[in-house]
Amino acid sequence: MFTGPQIAELLEQLGVTHVVTVPDSTIGPWQAAIEQRERTRLVRVCREGEAWEVAAGLHLGGASPLVMIQCTGLFESGDAIRNVLHDWKLPVFAIIGYRSYLNQDTLPGDTCLVFTEPVLDAWKIDYHILTKPEQFGSIAEHFSACRAASTPGAIIVAEGGA
Amino acid sequence: MPEKDALVAIHGARGPRDVVITTMCAARDWMTLPQQPLDLVFVPSAMGHATSVGLGLALAQPDRRVIVCNGDGSMLMNLGSLVSIAGAGARNLVVALFDNGVYEVTGSQPTPAPGCVDFAAIARGAGFESVFEFSHLESWQTNVHRTLTCPGPTFIWLRVEPAVGVPGPRSPGPAGERARRFRDALRS
Ligand SMILES: Cc1ncc(C[n+]2csc(CCOP(=O)(O)OP(=O)(O)O)c2C)c(N)n1
Repeated sequence: MFTGPQIAELLEQLGVTHVVTVPDSTIGPWQAAIEQRERTRLVRVCREGEAWEVAAGLHLGGASPLVMIQCTGLFESGDAIRNVLHDWKLPVFAIIGYRSYLNQDTLPGDTCLVFTEPVLDAWKIDYHILTKPEQFGSIAEHFSACRAASTPGAIIVAEGGA
Repeated sequence: MPEKDALVAIHGARGPRDVVITTMCAARDWMTLPQQPLDLVFVPSAMGHATSVGLGLALAQPDRRVIVCNGDGSMLMNLGSLVSIAGAGARNLVVALFDNGVYEVTGSQPTPAPGCVDFAAIARGAGFESVFEFSHLESWQTNVHRTLTCPGPTFIWLRVEPAVGVPGPRSPGPAGERARRFRDALRS
């Protein structure tokens, strides 16, 4: 839906210093463009729970991190999200790929469609779902609103298959 | 060696600009020692993630040394973080592992393979630059300064004896406020 250069340029403009990530087939290809930016560094981690806590350390250290993962990784991240967003009250922002959202007819059995939104609600994450390329501007809008309010938030990017 | 004595050695050797993150029993014992604004007592925690918080801090503050005092159960829960640390090239990060072979905080149940895990081999295999192992207090006390100042990332495997019947750590205050104070301390 979005290209790597589009995302990389936007994140740099928004002042994101580190993108902490585990890839999927939609957000993974953005890595190359992010790595080319001078002011945004890519940090690769082994599992998504780590990503939130690395972002917590970055935030405590004065940086402006962003977590970039798939919704499967959101499921993996529960205890870290609880700790970072709710215990320590750190305003970490995330971009999360919503697997199979755009393929509901061909992939009706993907349980990501069943659990992603309830899990986001359970963790009290203020999220916007983007389903069309024309909604690109919403990323900056929601990110900036969350930053101004010093609250966590997420952009959920609708994806095709796994 | 007794776990508290092993921790006291780090308390004595840490530099004034160093960040020290403690979790589990190391956090409990650290709170009995004189505190500094750059101490991050990681209670409440998400178990296993002290090393990940340490990585973030080390990347955000490359001119400071970040020392993470971790439990062996916690380390086992997030072994991949050692790979992330080495991959990110966090040369200013030290992981000090307090290996007592048990989940002491929950009543000293054994970890899955106590005494069988070669943490030094795991750290080396993950790509840590400097790896040390200490079982005797005197040797640790003699070498603590040298090991903390080696090129990192550094992994120090401390084989310690659990304390018996001592309760686990309690949070020293609201975490959100402590986060703000800690952030401010890093800026000044
Ligand atoms: C994800 C998760 N699983 C289980 C627990 C329960 N728990 C709290 S402390 C602890 C033991 C920690 O062991 P270790 O890291 O070895 O530190 P020690 O207590 O020995 O200092 C456990 C299992 C938890 N807090 N979080």
